[in-house]
Amino acid sequence: MYRSHVLVCGGTGCTSSGSPMIIERFKEEIYKAGLKDEVAVVQTGCHGLCALGPIVIVYPEATFYSMVKPEDVPEIVNEHLLKGRIVQRLVYDETKTEEGIASINETDFYKKQHRIALRNCGVINPENIDEYIATGGYEALGKVLTEYTPDQVIQTIIDSGLRGRGGGGFPTGIKWKLARANEADQKYVCCNADEGDPGAFMDRSILEGDPHAVLEAMAIAGYAIGANQGYIYVRAEYPIAVNRLGIAINQAREYGLLGKDIFGTGFDFDIELRLGAGAFVCGEETALMTSIEGNRGEPRPRPPFPAQKGLFGKPTLLNNVETYANIPQIILNGPEWFASMGTEKSKGTKVFALGGKINNTGLVEIPMGTTLRTIVEEIGGGIPNGKKFKAAQTGGPSGGCIPAEHIDIPIDYDNLINIGSMMGSGGLIVMDEDNCMVDIAKFFLQFTVDESCGKCTPCRIGTKRLYEILDKITQGQGTMEDLDRLEQLCYYIKQNSLCGLGQSAPNPVLSTLRYFRDEYVAHVKDKKCPAGVCKALLSYVIDPEKCKGCTLCARNCPTNAISGKVKEPHTIDTNKCIKCGTCMEKCRFGAISKR
Amino acid sequence: MKSLEELKAIRESMQAQMGLRKEDSNQTRIVVGMATCGIASGARPVLMALSDAVQEKGLKNVMVTQTGCIGLCKYEPIVEVIEPGKEKVTYVKMTPEKALEVLEKHIIGGQIVKKYTISEMMK
Repeated sequence: MYRSHVLVCGGTGCTSSGSPMIIERFKEEIYKAGLKDEVAVVQTGCHGLCALGPIVIVYPEATFYSMVKPEDVPEIVNEHLLKGRIVQRLVYDETKTEEGIASINETDFYKKQHRIALRNCGVINPENIDEYIATGGYEALGKVLTEYTPDQVIQTIIDSGLRGRGGGGFPTGIKWKLARANEADQKYVCCNADEGDPGAFMDRSILEGDPHAVLEAMAIAGYAIGANQGYIYVRAEYPIAVNRLGIAINQAREYGLLGKDIFGTGFDFDIELRLGAGAFVCGEETALMTSIEGNRGEPRPRPPFPAQKGLFGKPTLLNNVETYANIPQIILNGPEWFASMGTEKSKGTKVFALGGKINNTGLVEIPMGTTLRTIVEEIGGGIPNGKKFKAAQTGGPSGGCIPAEHIDIPIDYDNLINIGSMMGSGGLIVMDEDNCMVDIAKFFLQFTVDESCGKCTPCRIGTKRLYEILDKITQGQGTMEDLDRLEQLCYYIKQNSLCGLGQSAPNPVLSTLRYFRDEYVAHVKDKKCPAGVCKALLSYVIDPEKCKGCTLCARNCPTNAISGKVKEPHTIDTNKCIKCGTCMEKCRFGAISKR
Repeated sequence: MKSLEELKAIRESMQAQMGLRKEDSNQTRIVVGMATCGIASGARPVLMALSDAVQEKGLKNVMVTQTGCIGLCKYEPIVEVIEPGKEKVTYVKMTPEKALEVLEKHIIGGQIVKKYTISEMMK
């Protein structure tokens, strides 16, 4: 047995910042120090605090080391593991207090979180089924198979108030009930792991950190609706998740937790992986199923809904990864427990991926109804460089923005819809005063133009035209009529598109128009970009009062647009200037500004 | 695996090891001095004996950890037992056998093993 466990984060974030090398180094150094029978090195999933990765936690002390480099490893081994002296310089600052080192759960980032879907991420080794079982894994499956009827399972999920975490927010229990009600010789359970929203990565982290939770929940769903086959549709762009899912499925089969006659109850259930090539539209349920069938991933009209006629024409249940991750906990702790968290119509917790202009980039799981202010200012650690909060974009390219005036709104499905945004899958991109809202809308439209599958005209051509109008505005060539046309076109696309992609694609435009119309008007009428982002509307000028004539700017200008004599004020030739901003960065006297 | 009992057996055998990763402010802490002086006088086997025994017995809320030199080098190996809300007890000149006796009588039984404490030794 080991006296100490060294947990090293193996999520995608920490892996890309070098955690595999750290693991290797730990193994080497622990061997050298003669501690290999005393200290175990464990690769875990994501801890959520990606901004501080690679993260290493040493138990039993639960010391939280952040931004660890391979060359720090010998010091941790020789000091901490051998002699019991914590390496202070690597300890996460927030855990340092006057009385010593506090638990990570006491820090601003973690103390307001409530981890259900992420509860095992960063705690267990996702490649070891025994560790999942140690935390109560597969107990929920055993319980439903031996004690519950399928209808009781469904009623439990209905009573919990769980709603789909993939974006739509449809009540999960009702979805299961519909799938159960349709009689058929074959039914399917599918998992939507085609997480496509730019900035959202909670599904990936769950698959990487706790893959068995999803497998267990799918088996429970199979029992509830009467299906014996499951498919997980995951994007090939998530290689770590795909790999760990494969390992998890094999281990579950070896243990007989997937396959024939599970727990001797006569219930059969197996799961296969299907890899997607990364098309955004394949996150839409009908396109996803078309893709699993081996066809080109394009949506089809509903009805029939998947619960009636889904995969291979059979009744199919499709839920998102995060939704599934909640299921075993609801079974074990009871629906009342789950329903005691959150708001009236949105129960439980939601995982958000914090990104953009925020100090603590990463994953957070909070009870529904937490305010945006708490997320941004407390958990997220505020906005870097003392800038002002301007808006947060939720729901990615299908969502909208929440402006500063709504920062105190409790976040749940219905409140977000009411202010013109949506929960989406939970990407939350924070923007400060340096972000131009027209430019943001343009960014998301560029994405939907690329990702529109082209099957229906409103989406294929409509999004393109929207993008062109936005581009015209950012170039300073827009007219006031363009703004009206933009709005009209948005409503047209929303009403006439075939699937959710097109129906929601105009949302970023509509919500920025709603809250930041003055910025659009400034681009059109005054030919100015108030945030100083749209290059065509900017000019760089040198303040002759402040300029010392040091020539530094002129020497660094890539297009030789700056001229002037030594020790005399310089000037910028706006015809040659490409607005790269180099001169402004280089100037030591603050003489250059954007207008 | 064909039964819930087998699942339970795996869970229980693993839980002992996973207990190492519990975070609880109400834990009893058993701290072994592992500075150069401690290691030289045999603290490592003491630490391992305690750590293994706590996991084997599946003791909850007990953490076995280490610390540096506390300045009483001639009394090493030193083991401190810190129970929430109680005075710290310092055991000195420990061996794996003595440590297990402390674990059995003090941690589980609630009776301080007087003969090994520093106050007895210094008399």
